[in-house]
Amino acid sequence: MELLMAIVAGILFTAAIYLILSRSLIKVILGTGLLSHGAHLFILTMGGLGGSAPPVLLDGVTEFVDPLPQALILTAIVISFGVTAFILVLAYRTYAVHKTDDLNSMKGNDEHD
Amino acid sequence: MDGRRILLEFVLLIFLPFVFAILVPFAYKYIKGIHTGWFVLLVPLVLFGYYLSFIPLTMDGGHAISEIKWIPTLGIAFTSYIDGLSLLFTLLITGIGSLVVLYSIFYMDKKKENLGSFYVYLLLFMTAMLGVVQSDNTMTLYLFWELTSISSFLLIGYWYTRDKSRFGALKSMMITVFGGLMMLGGFILLSIMGETFSIRELIAQAPDLVSHPYFTSALILILLGAFTKSAQFPFYIWLPDAMEAPTPVSAYLHSATMVKAGIYLVARFTPIFGTSSTWIWLVTGIGLLTLFWGSFFAVKQTDLKAILAFSTVSQLGLIMSLLGAGAISYHTTEAMFAFATYAAIFHLINHATFKGGLFMIAGIIDHETGTRDIRKLGGLMSIMPLSFTVALIGSLSMAGLPPFNGFLSKEMFLESMVALRHFELFQFDTWGILFPIVAWVASVFTFTYSLYFVLKTFLGQGKVDQLPKRPHEAPIGMLVAPMILASLVIIIFFIPNVLGKWVIKPAVMAVQPTLYGSPADIDIHVLAWHGFGSVGLWLTVAIVIVGSLLYLTIPKWQPLYKLQPAKLSLNEGYDALMRGSEKGMNRLSRAYMTGLIRTYLLYMFAFLSVTVIAVLFIKDAFVVDMNSFAAITLYGALNAVILLLSIGFVVFAKSRLAAIIALGGVGYSVALFFVIFKAPDLALTQLVIETVSVALFLLAFKHLPALNEHGETKKTKVVNLIISLSVGVMVTLVALSSHSQKLIPSISQYYKDTVATEAGGGNIVNVILVDYRGFDTLFEIAVLAIAGIAVLGMIRLRVSRKETTDENK
Repeated sequence: MELLMAIVAGILFTAAIYLILSRSLIKVILGTGLLSHGAHLFILTMGGLGGSAPPVLLDGVTEFVDPLPQALILTAIVISFGVTAFILVLAYRTYAVHKTDDLNSMKGNDEHD
Repeated sequence: MDGRRILLEFVLLIFLPFVFAILVPFAYKYIKGIHTGWFVLLVPLVLFGYYLSFIPLTMDGGHAISEIKWIPTLGIAFTSYIDGLSLLFTLLITGIGSLVVLYSIFYMDKKKENLGSFYVYLLLFMTAMLGVVQSDNTMTLYLFWELTSISSFLLIGYWYTRDKSRFGALKSMMITVFGGLMMLGGFILLSIMGETFSIRELIAQAPDLVSHPYFTSALILILLGAFTKSAQFPFYIWLPDAMEAPTPVSAYLHSATMVKAGIYLVARFTPIFGTSSTWIWLVTGIGLLTLFWGSFFAVKQTDLKAILAFSTVSQLGLIMSLLGAGAISYHTTEAMFAFATYAAIFHLINHATFKGGLFMIAGIIDHETGTRDIRKLGGLMSIMPLSFTVALIGSLSMAGLPPFNGFLSKEMFLESMVALRHFELFQFDTWGILFPIVAWVASVFTFTYSLYFVLKTFLGQGKVDQLPKRPHEAPIGMLVAPMILASLVIIIFFIPNVLGKWVIKPAVMAVQPTLYGSPADIDIHVLAWHGFGSVGLWLTVAIVIVGSLLYLTIPKWQPLYKLQPAKLSLNEGYDALMRGSEKGMNRLSRAYMTGLIRTYLLYMFAFLSVTVIAVLFIKDAFVVDMNSFAAITLYGALNAVILLLSIGFVVFAKSRLAAIIALGGVGYSVALFFVIFKAPDLALTQLVIETVSVALFLLAFKHLPALNEHGETKKTKVVNLIISLSVGVMVTLVALSSHSQKLIPSISQYYKDTVATEAGGGNIVNVILVDYRGFDTLFEIAVLAIAGIAVLGMIRLRVSRKETTDENK
């Protein structure tokens, strides 16, 4: 299972980076969304996917899944959500001011460097 | 402190000009009636008088040390070490300094010039120079060395509104600071070799240092420092451009003191490096080359100060070559080479006297006629008789004629060079014959330009009417300093041995400390007349004859200079280097700094994946342990297929809506994975967050344009694909190998064991979030809050319409 998940995480990263390298602002945002999913699965995979029960104490259960990666991912999900919300609004404002979503046209003037 | 008691720590005296420099602006501002220079004059005069009192001490071969600790933990201290050599330079700096300040009082106009900054720079320079020649600690020596570069920069650029001043200042700064940095490197190597910054301690271990692997590197680096400062070939090019400085500055810095800092350095380090053949070859060879080059090109110049600048270059080369020849005395007992060091120091003093005087005369001519162009001058002898006398004395001394001091040192120089011919070490016997020949030819040119300088200016037909100003004799105050120097030129000729006993022999002793027990052991007695048997005499006679012939035929052979193509000159080379490095750097940064975010991301991702993958394989860290993997479940495999399909839709979607829905699909399938892998809290959160995210995406994308390719070419797409694939492969490899080799066991067992007893909870993930690792959660809440405020701010706060349009322009 880990082999499969490692490949899936790799494919998520590949797709995310491919989108981030494109010229369209929207695709970059889609790419960051995929990137965070990839990262979360990556953490989970590295922690190990074995274990027979969720990390909740129940009578008679002794073999839990590792709870620490789950706590880390939970924090990461919330943070990436906050950031995603922020960059969405940022993209919206950028488009409203500059009237373009082409990243190549959003570069500084030569006089400023 | 040997031999005498001193009430004052005299290292503090180095800083006297520095402290005085702080007071100068006040004097300049509040005491309007008196020329500021009169106050400044006190400083070098007092110092000169004080340092004279050291002569009895150094005459017996003694020395004095005074020290203030600066950074004791690093062994850096301000150490004033006065022996014969330091004292000689100190006296030159303060003595000529007094005369230059006196001269500048009459040269610099009280009303038109900003005297405040002029004297501040000059006093700063004086401190720096005293520090250079008295420092025993290489680090503080370097500090003062750079301070001379900086104050020289300020003084050359004194008339900063002129382009040429700024160019000259920058050029001298670039070249001397380059040399200074090389020298610092040499000092650091030396301190690694000898484990001390103290020059005296380094000299004491000189025999051990020779075999050290750093020896040659340190030698070359320190010589680079000396050669750039003392304007040796090919670094002399800054000196002619430095002539844009006010004339008192040229006289002081660029003839008598600063350019001799390199000479001082070579002399000071001769006990350490002098035994090496590289040192002897470099110092003598470069010195002679500079001597010839400078004297040859001096005749080409038409500006009085430029002639003197080239002459200074050439004379510094002469002194340098003598110091190199003097170092040979470590290898042979022949007295001739000890003689060379004596001659070097003798000529150093002589050059300071006559060149200082000549510069002052050039300044006077400029001041009284309004031009320094030798083609416009002529026939000033009867109008300016006193200046003419001084100029004649200086020039004839420079040319090496009796009864002037230049004659004595020039004769000693020629004899040393003739003696080099017989020297049979380091293949000198084959090439040795070149040394006296080059020296003789250079002396002929020296004679020629000396005549050229004084005769073209003062003799010939007067074109007095065409001069910018009506010329007349300079005020007497201006003439006092050059007249004192001129009389020294003659006095030294008649009593050279007094000077020798008081100053030169102690200095020679400092340059070659191992060879003599005391200055009195140096068996040299300078004679003006050696009889007809002396080689030097006949060489001088030949110089006079050939030199006069050359002078008379100048118009016939001057076209020779035109043979040198302008493109091949050293100045052109310097300019090309400056232009080239600026252009090259500009092109380089333009090449990789495209301003496009995609380019920078490409660099980052490519670098990341290549390094991580390379390290994985170089360190043999890529391991896959199939046994540790859990079995693939049916649901897991199915969900993976769903996830991959959704990813494909996101990447290849043609419309925004499809892309958002596919992204949602990815999110829900990730949530399903959380279910499969038994992470209920993650699954819940992921479901909720994904739903809200999709809603947000829909809301925001309503205001954004349609998906657009922006005409991306196939080529960029292929590059993007390669880079993203390599990152993906990297992630997979890292995930597999990190899972396959767990170096330490997980700490989770502790959480599992104590969650009920310590924290009183059942849901381990939640207890970790709020109890074991509550701080993470606190700041994650802060992140959400900040993101919320930022979103609100971005929507509510608008730049006004006018400002936005301005920005777009």
